[in-house]
Amino acid sequence: MAFSSTFAWRDSRTSRRRLLLFVASAALGVAALVAIRSFSDSLQTTVTEQARSLTGSDLTLHSRRAFSDEAVALADSIARAYPGEQAREAAFASMAYFPSTDGARLTEIRAIEGGYPFYGEIVTTPASVADSYQQRGEALVDASLLLQYDVSPGDSVRVGQTMYRIAGAIDEIAGQTGVGSFVGPRVYVPLASLDSTLLGFGSRAEYRRHFRFDNADEEAILAEIQPTLTDLGLRSDTPTEAQEDWNNALGDLGRFLSLVGFVALLLGGIGVASAITVYVRQKADTVATLRCLGATAGQTLRAYVLQAAVLGLIGAVLGAALGVAVQTLLPAVLGSFLPVEVGFAVSWQAVAEGIGIGIAVALVFALLPLVRVRRIPPLRAIRQSAESEGGMDWLRLALFGLVALGVAAFAWVQTGDVQATVGFPLGIAAVLGLLALAARGVMAAVRRFFPSGWPYTARQGLANLYRPGNQTLVLMLTLGLGTFLIATLWLVQTSLLDQIAVTSGGEQPGLILFDIQPDQRDGIRDLVEAQDETILGQIPVVTTSLAAVNGRDTDDIRQDSTSTIPSWVLRREYRSTYRAQLVDSETLIEGEVIARVPADTAVVPISLEADIAGDLGVGIGDRLTWNVQGVRIESEVASLRAVDWARVQPNFFVVFPEGPLDGAPQFDILLTRGGSDAEAAAQLQREVVRAYPNVSIVDVRLVLNLVQGVLGQVSFVLQFMALFSILTGLVVLAGAVLISRFQRIEESMLLRTLGAAREQVRWILFAEYLLLGLLAAAVGVGLALVGGWALSAFVFEVPFVPAWSGVLVALLIVPALTVAIGLAGSKGVLQRPPLEVLRSAG
Amino acid sequence: MSFALSVRNLTKTFDSGSRRLTVLDDVSFDLDDGATCAVVGPSGSGKTTLLGLCAGLDRPSSGTVELCDERLDALDEDDRSRVRGQSVGFIFQQFRLIPTLTALENVTVPLELRGERGDNEAKRLLERVGLGDRMTHYPTQLSGGEQQRVALARAFINRPRILFADEPTGNLDTETSDRVEDLLFDLNAEAGTALVVVTHDLDLAARTERILRLKGGRLVSDEPQSVRENEAA
Repeated sequence: MAFSSTFAWRDSRTSRRRLLLFVASAALGVAALVAIRSFSDSLQTTVTEQARSLTGSDLTLHSRRAFSDEAVALADSIARAYPGEQAREAAFASMAYFPSTDGARLTEIRAIEGGYPFYGEIVTTPASVADSYQQRGEALVDASLLLQYDVSPGDSVRVGQTMYRIAGAIDEIAGQTGVGSFVGPRVYVPLASLDSTLLGFGSRAEYRRHFRFDNADEEAILAEIQPTLTDLGLRSDTPTEAQEDWNNALGDLGRFLSLVGFVALLLGGIGVASAITVYVRQKADTVATLRCLGATAGQTLRAYVLQAAVLGLIGAVLGAALGVAVQTLLPAVLGSFLPVEVGFAVSWQAVAEGIGIGIAVALVFALLPLVRVRRIPPLRAIRQSAESEGGMDWLRLALFGLVALGVAAFAWVQTGDVQATVGFPLGIAAVLGLLALAARGVMAAVRRFFPSGWPYTARQGLANLYRPGNQTLVLMLTLGLGTFLIATLWLVQTSLLDQIAVTSGGEQPGLILFDIQPDQRDGIRDLVEAQDETILGQIPVVTTSLAAVNGRDTDDIRQDSTSTIPSWVLRREYRSTYRAQLVDSETLIEGEVIARVPADTAVVPISLEADIAGDLGVGIGDRLTWNVQGVRIESEVASLRAVDWARVQPNFFVVFPEGPLDGAPQFDILLTRGGSDAEAAAQLQREVVRAYPNVSIVDVRLVLNLVQGVLGQVSFVLQFMALFSILTGLVVLAGAVLISRFQRIEESMLLRTLGAAREQVRWILFAEYLLLGLLAAAVGVGLALVGGWALSAFVFEVPFVPAWSGVLVALLIVPALTVAIGLAGSKGVLQRPPLEVLRSAG
Repeated sequence: MSFALSVRNLTKTFDSGSRRLTVLDDVSFDLDDGATCAVVGPSGSGKTTLLGLCAGLDRPSSGTVELCDERLDALDEDDRSRVRGQSVGFIFQQFRLIPTLTALENVTVPLELRGERGDNEAKRLLERVGLGDRMTHYPTQLSGGEQQRVALARAFINRPRILFADEPTGNLDTETSDRVEDLLFDLNAEAGTALVVVTHDLDLAARTERILRLKGGRLVSDEPQSVRENEAA
């Protein structure tokens, strides 16, 4: 070992700069892993520390229906038994109208009575108004909403029929995500002054009771009251549950991003392997000489493995340091998805794991070419043509197995999922296999169909792609995989957005008006028509619940542990409609749609959505009993429908025929074209809200913008991680250029000695790198088109829309970067005079 | 007296497509400890093949080599390396210094491979070959003659029983060659090492005690110095 370590140290002296890129290849992947893991760890720590601000209370009971007398009695008894504080809340979607600028928008109203949130702060401008808005009968409004409608604290907001003075802007609420406020901007008002009609029939409010206990354990209390809660249809939230939910979700996110980071590390591994392959080739004479002088195969192998291990360690440590630096960027990347503000804390466990994984990857990938050192014959010292021993190298084969096992093990540790454990290495192997196949195909094709009519420099550049010792394969793998990852993400995102845009275009509604009470029907129609608006449909909605399936009581079925029907299907509220025919988002699968039956029909023929029918285990001819506001209606499944839920329009599980529900308590949904432009849509919303404050309006355009925004942010996070792969690809490229420098120096020296001008040598290099970049980009994009199509078709089930502009960008940028790095790395080659090169190479 | 090298019926064949090439054909000879001999012959006569087989760098198709009392055919690759490390020195036509090591470090390699330190001995040998002031230079900073002198120092550092030299002056000009040859034979005499020189250079061959002539892979003559002296007379 003494010889190996001394020799390893001495031998590395003159090649350290060249080996630096070996280090860098491994470093970026480690950086990605450490950044994600360390951030994820500090995030979970923060979530745990601030668990109570996630719920804002020690215990919250909530229900989709107003608390019954029994539920109120239970809440009061808890408050009496366990001293502390109590608050009430009703949360629902409703329009907020700003008279000063005549703006209106659907918002999330949170009507509160009491000191909720008890934990965590509502950060406002001006400060501290969160403590006083209830006493003053004022409102707090999300800062983004105020900005959007050009409203300031001091102005007014109307919710329902009640006008509030805006006490301040909500900048931040502890325990809530930024994306949340983006989707449904929040308006806090005192519960006492809430327009009670907003909580009337058809409203989708959630009612909550929040508790803070002076010195009681909420989990113990919960355990005690759990049976009663179930009976009363109440649900509960505690900080522990919220923390678990968040930790699960954040853990999933961290683990997924870790896998993306791991791909970058594997690419780095391929870079390491390619650098070491060239290195071993250059060291063959030294190894043969050492063997002549008495070194055993083990001694020489150990020396080079030691070099690789130390370099791997340096790379991993540098990568970990870079990862910690990148970690400081992650709050900005992930910020709007997080419920808490994450402080900066280095997770030493993540750092240690990152370094360990980095060294392991660097070492295993370095060993793949290094084990060949054992087979370099000593005879080579006296006969250059002496060939390495042939035959199967079992150690090398075992190393390949180790790589596959390592990748699978990482996937298992990250996901704990058998499918991912098998699928992740297989997926990577498939993509790398295809890239390798493409690279070999390209080399064979270039050789077979060599364009002998091309100018000399272009021909030389092209021939370099398949000359001995070429870097085509490794660059195709690294650059190609990076391009593939980023392009696939982009193509899928575009297809998803395009699908939403298609769904919302044409005859689809632009504005959807909810909660129209029967006595408001005509008025609203008149108002909409007065605005020259096209009404696309008016849909009655009746709230029902399921009372029995084929005569058996739903409560009874829920108690039955042998029943396979999911509980939520039995308990949920069914918002149903009645009409004579199917609409264009529906397809009849089986049976017949009955248009109309007399109001007093004993068994009403209904149309059921196919999936829910499957959940309920019913088919044509089966009986369902409905509870319509206290009245039982017996029905029989007459038809099954498929519903395209992706369409932005009201869709229903249950459609009744016209007749029996005509007189039932109901509200309407009105679909309109939504004006010719955003201003017309805004105008209509203002008019409706002014006259009918209880009516909620969904602006589909706004929803689309939101979806686009959220998708954009999700894809930004993914692309940020995929960026590590591209960067690794570029580092590997730089490494490949640098490590093959000596070969290039010799070639260019020979060419220049034979009379080639510097400019010609530069053109040859330019042609080679341009072709390499183009090929890698083309293959990466080609695979991305296939991958994007497969994901769109089979996972997201949307039509695949290839975004050619993005494809073009990739085809331009990747070759441009390849040429830039390739020429920058070869600069020295061209500037040195042939004689100097001749001497130093000798 | 024991033999430093004993070669019996050594044959090496290669399959080249459908043909079988015999590059060395039934060669036998012995070399006493401390004796010197030259292997000469035209290009392709099997000189380098013979050297490779004698030093255990390659395996024969048939026949045996006993190097420093070890039957090489009974040893695996690593054991043959061990024998070379303990008892064999090498001089190559291309010098074969390790480019990443200084002159001094190059010389100490054979000792360090055995887990020994040999800085003082290496310095002494470098002084002896006239390179006392070039010890920290890298091979690229040395001339061809200087590189071959470093290689000489390296060859003698482990006090070998036998030294193999493959065209030791093939890459040097006449003047430098003479100096390297003088050093080679002086060091050899001082250490009492057996010497096998493969060369085209008949002047160099003439300085050995015995000349083995190869032609077409066969040993065509084995002349001791005394015979040549008589012939000359």
